[in-house]
Amino acid sequence: MNTYKKKHLFADIIGIIVGFIIFVIPFLFMLVNSLKERVEANLLDITIPKTFAWSNFAEAFTAKHYQILTAFKNSLLLTFFSLLFLIVVGSMAGYVIQRRKDKPVTIISMIITTGLMIPAAVMPTIWLLQALHIYKTMFSMIMIETALQIPFTVLLYRGFMSSIPRELEEAAYIDGCSTLQLFRQIIFPLLKPVTATIIILNACTIFNDFTNPLYFLPGAENITVQQTLYNFMGQYSSSFNLLFADVIIITIPMLIVFIVFNKQLVAGMVAGAVKG
Amino acid sequence: MDNKRIYPIWFLAPAMVIFTVFFLIPIAMSLIFSMMNWTFTGMSWAGFNNYITFFNDYSMTIGIKNTIIYAFATMAAKCVLGFLLAVFLTSNIKSKHFLRSIAFFPNIVSTIAVGITFTALMHPSKGLINKALAVFGITGPDWLGNINIALGSVIATDVWKGVGVATVIYIAGITSIDKSYYEAASIDGATSFQQLIKITVPLCRPSVNSVIILALTSGMRCFDLIWSMTGGGPGFATDVMASVVYKKYAAGYYGLSTAGNVIMFILIAVIAFPLQKFLQSREAE
Repeated sequence: MNTYKKKHLFADIIGIIVGFIIFVIPFLFMLVNSLKERVEANLLDITIPKTFAWSNFAEAFTAKHYQILTAFKNSLLLTFFSLLFLIVVGSMAGYVIQRRKDKPVTIISMIITTGLMIPAAVMPTIWLLQALHIYKTMFSMIMIETALQIPFTVLLYRGFMSSIPRELEEAAYIDGCSTLQLFRQIIFPLLKPVTATIIILNACTIFNDFTNPLYFLPGAENITVQQTLYNFMGQYSSSFNLLFADVIIITIPMLIVFIVFNKQLVAGMVAGAVKG
Repeated sequence: MDNKRIYPIWFLAPAMVIFTVFFLIPIAMSLIFSMMNWTFTGMSWAGFNNYITFFNDYSMTIGIKNTIIYAFATMAAKCVLGFLLAVFLTSNIKSKHFLRSIAFFPNIVSTIAVGITFTALMHPSKGLINKALAVFGITGPDWLGNINIALGSVIATDVWKGVGVATVIYIAGITSIDKSYYEAASIDGATSFQQLIKITVPLCRPSVNSVIILALTSGMRCFDLIWSMTGGGPGFATDVMASVVYKKYAAGYYGLSTAGNVIMFILIAVIAFPLQKFLQSREAE
């Protein structure tokens, strides 16, 4: 028994040391360098700052007329409205797709599934948005993020629906509920756990999306958080203190989300991957 | 009970309208657009010229090669490392919840932030990685500046960021295996290594398949990590399909960019779809 315990203690120590070096040091590196003076930060060392330059954060905030605030506003708007659309259209579609197995529904379900693998077509989408006169608008970006996340969202709703008994719906229907009432008042509240998972996972994906806003939402007034980070990279290539202050400002919201919703995140990731 | 009445098909309409207009139609149109010459004055029919130009230009064909290397290398590494990590983190160690969390966290951090940080860590003279190697008397290479290893460095960063997802998928698979198999095996005198090979590995197959498909498809679409770390360079050493598409788009070669886009779709379709079918058929046996 004693050697068994020793072996586990040894594994614990090795695990924590290796885990610390590989997964914690990069984040510590960001943090200490965001708090250093410019000259010291440019050495790219992982030492405790000689003087704590909290002003880096103020400077990162005020840069380019508070660009980062505009970016946060845009990213939050984009994330919020995309989630709203995704929850409404995704839950309705997932519900019917899980319940009906006839041909048209199966075909639609197959078409949606292809979207899990294929990325967006760049030029034709821009052309289409221009033809509709909605290119470079927040509305079009919300629609694109919604379209791109529909496959994953429907998949999760469909998977969760299989755990809800049909008898409920049949009884409600016989009692004279309309189909929409039935869905809104009985089914949708039951979907709460999976809706929470979907909100967290899609919020991370959309907030962190760099590629799609790069193509479909150009323009200084439309800038998103990931875009500012990329721009700062070019601009502050010799002031790592400000660059890392930006990195920290953008990483902290994610850290909070992670600490609060750790369980849902992991469960959702697994459910999405295994059912796909 | 009449299914069609309780579950009306129009419930699918809102999702299908958005998905069709903003995703399916552009993809269908890309086939036509890739055969156009696209200039400021307008469009003209170009037939397969864009594709011919594409396949005759090394700066673009290298994108196909690098995409395949990138996708398969990240997939293989995540598959193996994720499995080993999961086995370690499902044992009786005390720190397993903490280690699971820190391994998973990079996945939800912005890719651009990760790119910036690792570019600094991989700096040839000042970077922490080479300074750590210097302690052991090793002169570290220029991780992102050497054309022979730059792609490998980006692949390693991608694995660092994504291995946590593979790990949690495996952990879910391993913890759902019935404990009585292990008890029976240890009564029969099987060592823990034998149990790992004969019980855990075969019964984890559904998780392995999920990890393979997930890692492969995300690897084939990768753009932001490469773009923030090397911008496709040095030269074209780390250019993948997605970065070629972006470069041609930024340079105004819209037809060529769309042809690259279509090649990317085809690449994913001919690799990922058959592989998924194959893996699922083996799973069913």
